[in-house]
Amino acid sequence: MNPLLDLILVAVLLLNFVALGASQLRTVIHAVALQGVLLGATIVVAHSTVTVWVIVMAGAVIALKGVVIPRMLFHAIREVVIRREVDPIIGCIASLLLGGVGTALAVLFSKTLPIAHEHIGSLVVPAALSTVLTGFLILTTRVKAISQVVGYLVLENGIFIFGLLLVEAMPFLVEIGVLLDLFVAIFVMGIIIYQISQEFSTVSTRKLSALKE
Amino acid sequence: MSEWLIFLGIGCHAVSGVPGLFRRRDSDAGQKFAVVLGLIGSALGIVGAVGSLWQPPVANSVIKIDAISVIFLLPIFLIPALGGVYGLTYWKQAEHIHNGQKLRLFYGLVTAALAGVTIAANSILFLVAWEIMALSAFFLITTEDEDRMVSEAGWLYLVTTHTATLCLFALFALLRNVTGSFTLVALPDGLGAGLATAIFLLAVIGFGLKAGLMPLHVWLPGAHAMAPSHVSALMSGVLIKIGIYGLVRICSLLPHPPLWWGGLLLVAGTISGVLGVVFAIGQHDLKRLLAYHSVENIGIITMGLGLAMVGRSLHRADCVALGLAGALLHVWNHGLFKSVLFFSAGAVIHATHTCEIDRLGGLAKAMPRTALCFAIGAVAICGLPPLNGFVSELLIYLGLFRSIGIGHETGWAGSAFAPPALALIGALAVACFVKVFGGVFLGVARSEHARHVREADANMTGPMLVLVGCCLLIGLAPLLVAPLFEQGVYAWSPDLATGAVSLVMLAPLRWVSVAGLALIVLIVVAGVLLGLRLRHCGTASSGTWDCGYAAPTARMQYTSSSFAQMLVGCFVWVLRPRVHAPGEQPLFSRATQFRSHVPDIVLDGALRPSFRFGAKITSSFRFLQAGNIHAYLFYIVVFLILLLLWR
Repeated sequence: MNPLLDLILVAVLLLNFVALGASQLRTVIHAVALQGVLLGATIVVAHSTVTVWVIVMAGAVIALKGVVIPRMLFHAIREVVIRREVDPIIGCIASLLLGGVGTALAVLFSKTLPIAHEHIGSLVVPAALSTVLTGFLILTTRVKAISQVVGYLVLENGIFIFGLLLVEAMPFLVEIGVLLDLFVAIFVMGIIIYQISQEFSTVSTRKLSALKE
Repeated sequence: MSEWLIFLGIGCHAVSGVPGLFRRRDSDAGQKFAVVLGLIGSALGIVGAVGSLWQPPVANSVIKIDAISVIFLLPIFLIPALGGVYGLTYWKQAEHIHNGQKLRLFYGLVTAALAGVTIAANSILFLVAWEIMALSAFFLITTEDEDRMVSEAGWLYLVTTHTATLCLFALFALLRNVTGSFTLVALPDGLGAGLATAIFLLAVIGFGLKAGLMPLHVWLPGAHAMAPSHVSALMSGVLIKIGIYGLVRICSLLPHPPLWWGGLLLVAGTISGVLGVVFAIGQHDLKRLLAYHSVENIGIITMGLGLAMVGRSLHRADCVALGLAGALLHVWNHGLFKSVLFFSAGAVIHATHTCEIDRLGGLAKAMPRTALCFAIGAVAICGLPPLNGFVSELLIYLGLFRSIGIGHETGWAGSAFAPPALALIGALAVACFVKVFGGVFLGVARSEHARHVREADANMTGPMLVLVGCCLLIGLAPLLVAPLFEQGVYAWSPDLATGAVSLVMLAPLRWVSVAGLALIVLIVVAGVLLGLRLRHCGTASSGTWDCGYAAPTARMQYTSSSFAQMLVGCFVWVLRPRVHAPGEQPLFSRATQFRSHVPDIVLDGALRPSFRFGAKITSSFRFLQAGNIHAYLFYIVVFLILLLLWR
């Protein structure tokens, strides 16, 4: 298909494992930021004809996913004094293993999905599914609210990769939709972190179960 | 032209509560403005609706205004406007600063939405108006939501109304499938029997839940009893009729109904009618009792509709005409007299602050106008001449007798059970209203509440008198309204040619007028003679025979449960009254008490236990709701993977 695109997606897949396996929050955020930059690059690669608008779009994605949001996260780490470790529910090795299983499953599923002819054989669908599963894995296995934000970002990145399938068909809709979604996510999570640290003087989501009915 | 008047009227009602939101809470100006706007809207709407009869029916893909719409539009515009005037005193803004504004906002909205439902020719518009109506009614019921009983009644209503909406979604989806458009048009002839039956049953359940057809009436008694009285009047008078409207409309769209559809409606109507009045007899709460009478009257209306359906299956134009005209006229009549009854019940509650029949008594002396209105409403609801209830029930009686098939006529002997049942309903209703009127207005006061009362003011008695006037007018001159209902029959039944039926030929409507007038003359003459005689002889007051007991008290009068005891005893198999009676007593008995109440058989006997059972079973899955956000996310992952594996 498009060898450059597949190359970038392989890098994205590898970054998933970095995000799963790293023990320092900083490393995880850096990995996600790098993933965002790569995704911005995929927009340019996925288009058959590169226009100014595509460049602008890619720049916006890189600026948001690669610069603005990671800086917000670093800011959050500094403001709400959080220990720099990841604090997972299951260990790093186990997360890595589960991530591997998830990626294998993603490749398996992508064969069964009804996909347009020109996308068969490309890495887009497996990479998207695997990134979504990785995002879920981070969401379910990490305790800190900030890790939840990171997990959500990875999840959104996965959905963004899915959007690449439609990038020629309805580019504007997909891109703006994803970006908007992301902004809402950051917004909501920011509020959650702020509220948790305000009300409970902790940023661990374990304490949320006190709100149970 | 006339449809624009109707739209304008709907608009006036929809916004009538809005200006009041911007006024101070203790100022009455917003309320007066809302009432005036409501009256203007209703005047415009009624003029438009009546005017539309003299022009070709408006029918496009969105709006359809035919005779059936007009028949339902008139009470929808009349009764809420009168209720608004009534509310000027009954729910004065200055006395209800916390909920008066909310009440009026939703009161206007529900009226507008009701009118919207009746003119919708498009299922999307229909459902939108329906949901606005249903949700506004929820906020009306929960006007005083700080009371636990009120909020419980509100939630019960919300659950049932959404169940109804669910059925309607399925119904309209099926209709869309069959006709290929969202416009409500007659279904094609070649419709499969199974599909047609599914559409019919969904309509019966969905609209029956809203109309309060037994056993789908569970929300109705609580909601009517807990809402403010003018809201109860609106709900009982027009809101539950919208369920009948929907059923009438859908039935008219279905081609070639099989006989058992009409039979089903007849049976459902009979059950609803008989059990409604039987449960009414067992009640001690004035408004709850009236609410059960709504169930009864919805039953009578459904019997009429069932008769019309039977008539269509048998190709008997006379049965169609009598049944449908009787049902639609009873929609009007019930709206009129039930509003009178709820208004006068509200006047009693406003004066005494209680609606327990056993705490009232002797109110007729202090509140003569309210008592007179209640008495006339009671006579009307019992289906007695010379009032309007008699006319509609007469039409249904006549139709039922004809539908049996005498001699060479095609008929259905199965409907023979219905006329005696209708007679039973009438007789039990008389017994019930003797109990109510005797307990509330006659005798002597049973509590401090009932002792020092004042007559309701003109804001409250005025609307009652207007409605009583309408009851008398229809009762004495049914010929005035007969042409409109003939139009309704033609609009409903596609296979009847215009001019094929004539209500004057089918029913002795002239004789109804003559006999009614004669009866009134007789009553007036007898009253005048009695008055003259009383003035001539003078009156003396003394105690009634007291079995030799030296110190009779007001509490020794018939109570609502002792009066009804014999009839409740006859229906103990369905009523299942709970009686808390004192047991064996020693020779000099201690102070003791007796209580009895009649729980609702469907709600308390079937639904609550089954829901409790369901809750018990499902509570073993409560561990899934751990309150742990990671667990919830994990569920999503598992579900996602399962979905992907499923292919």
